[in-house]
Amino acid sequence: MTVYAILFYILAGLILITTGLAITRRNMVHTVIYLVFSFFGSAMLFYLLGAPLLAALEVIIYAGAIMILFLFIIMMMREESPETRLFVPRQWLPAAAIGLLYLVLGVLLILSADPTTGEPMKLAQATPAAFGEYLFNAHWLTIEIASLLLLVALIGALHLGREGKGGDARKTEETS
Amino acid sequence: MIVPYSHILVLSGLLFLMGMVCATTRRNLIMIVVGLEIMLNAASVAFIGAALQWGTLDGQAVAIFIIAVAAAEVSIGLALIVAVYRRTGSVDPAVLENPSA
Repeated sequence: MTVYAILFYILAGLILITTGLAITRRNMVHTVIYLVFSFFGSAMLFYLLGAPLLAALEVIIYAGAIMILFLFIIMMMREESPETRLFVPRQWLPAAAIGLLYLVLGVLLILSADPTTGEPMKLAQATPAAFGEYLFNAHWLTIEIASLLLLVALIGALHLGREGKGGDARKTEETS
Repeated sequence: MIVPYSHILVLSGLLFLMGMVCATTRRNLIMIVVGLEIMLNAASVAFIGAALQWGTLDGQAVAIFIIAVAAAEVSIGLALIVAVYRRTGSVDPAVLENPSA
């Protein structure tokens, strides 16, 4: 076992433990803090798997922007989490059944997969410059679509975030 | 030499499972969106592992688009939660079952 394999198993354990802690917390602020740890672990994993640009983006966008957005919304809410019981049996049972089925199927699929996936992977790294050049050469249309999606999300969030109900806002806009 | 690709698939599958359990069992709109984020992150772990396994950059390109879609999804999702909270004063998904509330 190489040092990279040991690093991978430590990171995998860290990610799984912090995610497991995050989804079982009652206090949502604690959930967000544990998720930041989980996404930092994912970023280090991305670096280990040869994607330094994506590791940086994971820290900046996931652990930075998205989690801070969650914190803002949680702090806007006056009350704590409305749940009196964390796991209601009526919802827990179907989730456990589907999850178990999924787990069995996934293990069977991985065991019966192509034998080349069983061999350890070679270390490689895509430099940010090479990756960016590839992205803008081969996937320029997808980038345009993603930017359009972000614009639509921006307009939608602005519309939803307005004061008052949707119909009233439109009426005042027409009269003014 | 790192680990076999199947180990990365196991990690990503377990993460996806945790996100799914969080999204289906928690009675809180914010925790449902958190579960979706965990599932999207698990998918990008699998894609980046695949990019290394087959030596192409396509997996990393898909992962970057997953991050863009996650950013759009979370902004719309949280705006919807704020709108629901303004109307009903709660983030419990049960309040949405009664449309007159």
